[in-house]
Amino acid sequence: MPSVDRRGFLKVVLGVTPAALAGPASAQNLAGEEWERVYGTGFAPYGERSRFEQPVVRYLNQPYGSLAPGSGAAYSPLESLEGIITPSSLHSIRSHSGTPDIDPKRHQLVIHGLVAQPLTFSIEALSRYPMVTRTHFIECSGNSNRGLAPKPLQLPAGAIHGNMSCTEWTGIQLRLLLEEAGAQPQAKWLLAEGADSAHMSRSIPMEKALDDALIALYQNGERLRPEQGYPVRLLVPGYEGNMNVKWLRRIKLVETPMYTKDETSKYTDLLADGRALQFTFEMGPKSVITKPSSMMKLPSRGVYEISGLAWSGAGRVRKVDVSTDGGTTWREAALTGAERPKAFARFRLPWRWEGGEANLQSRTTDEKGNVQPARAAWLAQYSPGNSYHNNCIVTWAVAADGSVSHVYA
Amino acid sequence: MSMLKRAGLAAVLALGACAAPREQPAESPRLGAPLQPGAVAAWDISIPPSGAGLPSGSGSVKQGALVYEQKCAACHGVGGTGKPADVLVGGRGTLASKAPVRTVGSYWPYATTLFDYVRRAMPITNPLSLTNDEVYAVTAYVLNLNGIVDADATLDAQALPKVSMPNRDGFIDEWARAKR
Repeated sequence: MPSVDRRGFLKVVLGVTPAALAGPASAQNLAGEEWERVYGTGFAPYGERSRFEQPVVRYLNQPYGSLAPGSGAAYSPLESLEGIITPSSLHSIRSHSGTPDIDPKRHQLVIHGLVAQPLTFSIEALSRYPMVTRTHFIECSGNSNRGLAPKPLQLPAGAIHGNMSCTEWTGIQLRLLLEEAGAQPQAKWLLAEGADSAHMSRSIPMEKALDDALIALYQNGERLRPEQGYPVRLLVPGYEGNMNVKWLRRIKLVETPMYTKDETSKYTDLLADGRALQFTFEMGPKSVITKPSSMMKLPSRGVYEISGLAWSGAGRVRKVDVSTDGGTTWREAALTGAERPKAFARFRLPWRWEGGEANLQSRTTDEKGNVQPARAAWLAQYSPGNSYHNNCIVTWAVAADGSVSHVYA
Repeated sequence: MSMLKRAGLAAVLALGACAAPREQPAESPRLGAPLQPGAVAAWDISIPPSGAGLPSGSGSVKQGALVYEQKCAACHGVGGTGKPADVLVGGRGTLASKAPVRTVGSYWPYATTLFDYVRRAMPITNPLSLTNDEVYAVTAYVLNLNGIVDADATLDAQALPKVSMPNRDGFIDEWARAKR
């Protein structure tokens, strides 16, 4: 089709000049901005958000800079998002050696080790399996390590706590594939390995694999994004993010853990006496207020909604308490999404700000009775050098002028 | 259709309206293709502390120094001192301090993990490119920098799992503890 611009189209099809539609001749005193007086843009094959929302982006953390731009993390801008589903395009990323460009026709998933028959699966074959759909968060074990800096960092909530996100995942129950390969009873662990250039690998308890682990092919209804493990990733709901191996290429059934780099030198939690906790898989009960939060400013006194995210690797969120006086008194917030285990719940509480100082905190209790710890209690458990599994209560301080900052309390 | 059948159908539809069938235990289409025993070796690069699966070949500290200089030093610094990538040496005796330094020497519990990781992921710009001899050699060199093996040491499939790491007993297995 020859290219015809919009004005040309209007002239040809409607027999009028654009001036007749939008010019002074039509200037009656009817309400209507300029975009109401011109024909809109055509359809795009793949959607894009409003140009006015383009500043909402992930916060990139690239500790090696341009030397290894895909080693590090990208944090989800939690303070700009609502609801409980993170858009795929803003989902947090944690990768060790960048994002591989995988051809799904050549990618294979191999299952071997303590099995009756080693098997290999093409993506085409996996796509024919019965699927389940679940909503789950993935949180990096190192999420909120920026909340452990000597002095509170003045960054938006997402830049501190956004190394986690929550989306809908669709895939195959891992136990189906393990049964097909004929898992032997002495297999108590499995090694999961990615096809990235780090060949990132972790040992996963067989118990978890047979419980709720998924071989995920889809996120939010479309195929996984490359940075989320395209074409196939492991999902171990509620366990630390590193174990949700992306670009999954191999599963080996074994008797004991393999003690990979990422379960010995990293992702182990140092104690004050110099020993370290190992295989601390489950992410603890946690919450963060996203609105209002660090770096924001309340424009005037009046009614606000305190809103945020709560989650627990142990299951469902039972309740979220919110304090506006630094933990002296608490009120229970309303919850959305709390029926889903190992997923974000959105909490909301109406609040009238009278113009004084206020320290905002939130505290999650999960269905197992686990309670999000106070900062001092959490710190007392570990070495000052530990940066994993920080789930302590976060404090945002509202000043008399309405500015909100990050404080330790 | 008889009245009775119609009533039955209506009941089924009504039931369906208020409670969809629950997710059924899935039946597998069984589409996995058998992997021939000979094909497994090329995939199976993971090495546990027992050393099971370590390849043939060997490498000395001296050979490792050359490999390190050419392929590792640009990121890990001359002599493993780090920057921009992780520091590889030192830190012994710091784990219980206020400023712990976790390195291969001070923290890693198994030497097999070093071999495994170097082979699968290093050098970061060209992983899977080192020969087995080179991986043994550079492993020996980094262990020697940490005073864990002697300067004249040579590592292979037999020697590597026998290397005793200083922080071997520094970990508490929380998974096993929770099971007890």
